[in-house]
Amino acid sequence: MDFQLTEEQRDLRAGVRDLLAGRYGRDALRAAVDSGPVVDRRLWQELGGAGFFALRLPEAAGGVGLGMPEAVLVFEEAGRALLPGPLVATHLAAGLVPGAAEGRAVVTAYDFGAGGPVAYLAESDAVLGAAGPVTGEPVASVDPLTPLSRVAGPGVSPYRSGGFGGLVDEGALLTAALQLGSALRTVELAVEYARTREQFGQPIGAFQAVKHLCAQMLVRAELARTAVYAAAVTGDAAEIAGAKLLADEAAVLGARDCLQVHGGMGFTWEADVHLHLKRAWVRAEQWRTAAEAEELLAAELLGVE
Amino acid sequence: MRLDHTAEDEEFRARLREWLAVVLPKLPAKPSPADWPGRRAYDAGWQRALYDAGYADVHWDATPARRLIFLEETEKAGAPYVGANFVGLLHAGPTIAAEGTPGQRDRWLGPILRGEEIWCQGFSEPEAGSDLAALRTRAVRDGDAYVVSGSKIWTSHAEVADWCELLVRTDPAAPRHRGISWLAMPMDAPGVTVRPLRTLAGSTEFAEMFLDEVRVPVSHRVGAENDGWRVTMVTLSFERGTAFVGEVVACRRTLGELARAARANGRWDDPVLRRRLGRLHAEFGALWRLTQWNVSEAAGAGVAGSGVAGVPGVGGSVFKLRYSHARQELYEAAAEVLGAGSLDLDREWVLDRLSSLSYTIAAGTSQIQQNIVAERILGLPKGR
Repeated sequence: MDFQLTEEQRDLRAGVRDLLAGRYGRDALRAAVDSGPVVDRRLWQELGGAGFFALRLPEAAGGVGLGMPEAVLVFEEAGRALLPGPLVATHLAAGLVPGAAEGRAVVTAYDFGAGGPVAYLAESDAVLGAAGPVTGEPVASVDPLTPLSRVAGPGVSPYRSGGFGGLVDEGALLTAALQLGSALRTVELAVEYARTREQFGQPIGAFQAVKHLCAQMLVRAELARTAVYAAAVTGDAAEIAGAKLLADEAAVLGARDCLQVHGGMGFTWEADVHLHLKRAWVRAEQWRTAAEAEELLAAELLGVE
Repeated sequence: MRLDHTAEDEEFRARLREWLAVVLPKLPAKPSPADWPGRRAYDAGWQRALYDAGYADVHWDATPARRLIFLEETEKAGAPYVGANFVGLLHAGPTIAAEGTPGQRDRWLGPILRGEEIWCQGFSEPEAGSDLAALRTRAVRDGDAYVVSGSKIWTSHAEVADWCELLVRTDPAAPRHRGISWLAMPMDAPGVTVRPLRTLAGSTEFAEMFLDEVRVPVSHRVGAENDGWRVTMVTLSFERGTAFVGEVVACRRTLGELARAARANGRWDDPVLRRRLGRLHAEFGALWRLTQWNVSEAAGAGVAGSGVAGVPGVGGSVFKLRYSHARQELYEAAAEVLGAGSLDLDREWVLDRLSSLSYTIAAGTSQIQQNIVAERILGLPKGR
């Protein structure tokens, strides 16, 4: 047992971080917020070219041939960068929907469950699991970078209602990895601000009240990190549910605490904090909600010796 | 990232399981919590059995994987906990092994491993709890001995201990972290008085200790004079890093029992309670993984903050903060499952609920741990 990142895994994560910093830095993020939530097709194809979507496809099928632990590290970085688009659904569609693996197709999914909206419907070429074209009416989305549509019909695909295993677990875990990246980023944002912002003649980070907020953010993020990494290694359904639950919590509460540390600045449109919070709210509803995860874990508990 | 074990490690697990299945049914009855001499004898007997079977030094010499397998299997099998040997085995022993001279290792490590000598901890003082560097117990050099005077508090197992890992101030003029030394003090030395303290759980888990011109040979100092703070940090990082491993396994088992109790008495039908238990399942599962992460990390080059290979670093504070809270949550949930039964002091749940209250205080309060995380990991400025 050596539950640490390998050299190759560290390099992969650093490489993706560099790629996203160059291609989707803060300026690009804010430009996307200002210009409206359109998936950048060129960026999508670049991500495809870098292996983002084909990461877990076997090399014989034109993929990169890596596993879930590597995918989780890549998605952690995407979450850190607040990269928009149906990343998880397109990744899951690689090998199933033509063009998804290369980033030529944008694929979304019914990941909000029965009666829920569909994200990026107008921007997508396909809906994972849908037999034919899907139409819907736009909903005013709380997250400026995640457009939502109300769709007619049941809006449930077989991979969702079929219980555990398969795509739901994979979708939940990759979404948890996005939440983890966001949670870690909000810790950084809060700490940077607390070290530089001065009040009463000293950095606010010198005050215990602020320190303890930041410390709790890190504790939640680190627990989520180990939960997500372990679930990626074991692929265990209950462990994945636990990872989603803890990562959702780390991302949502982390963004809220980060906003608090920023004070009045945190409540403005200019600070990035609200973008992390709103995206975290969206993801918390995708693939596996807290209620679903807790019920799954409770059921498993009765079987634990 | 790997969570599987080598064939050799799995063989170790199988051997251990087999051994536990043979020895555990033959153990004598557990003494009552108030019977300290009985508890000492019981814990010493268990340690001797581990020694004879070749498992005594698993915390010191084994690979992290073996250590975790050992803790996992002994806990699952319901084997006795480390008990009165806690300080010797998980605290003083590893510290002497890391920082002691060859002679000191020869003198103290064998008796600890064989369960022959019990250690207690003399760190905290009435004026120096979580602010450990404020300690005032003085040690004045007189020939080949230190003459120690002062008082200690929260000294677990002091009633039955043979040795005390004692922090003393050897240079009152030095900055407060710099004038401290780490001594091994014999508890039967003239001038040592122990007065048990009664906890809110009604037990005498720990004691006050009064030191009146106690002579401790200079040769009993571990580490250099006035370098005791650094030695202590090595000790405390052990405590925060690995000392709770077995308890996490125990908490996972307890949670399963709680779920079955709730199903038996109908409380399981309440979705709020059911979901609460489900969430705790996620917590303890992740805490177990965090332990594996921390131990794997420490097994490498050593962790930032500890500077010593094999010694867990400040990541232990992250664990301790979350674990102490989760343990209290567990027993709050237990109270909800038991209802009015949670008022019956004869039930083990109730004693565990009471004792869980100490977890956010002992070994550095949660507030101090948060300062450590904020300052040493996140790099926030020191302040108030």
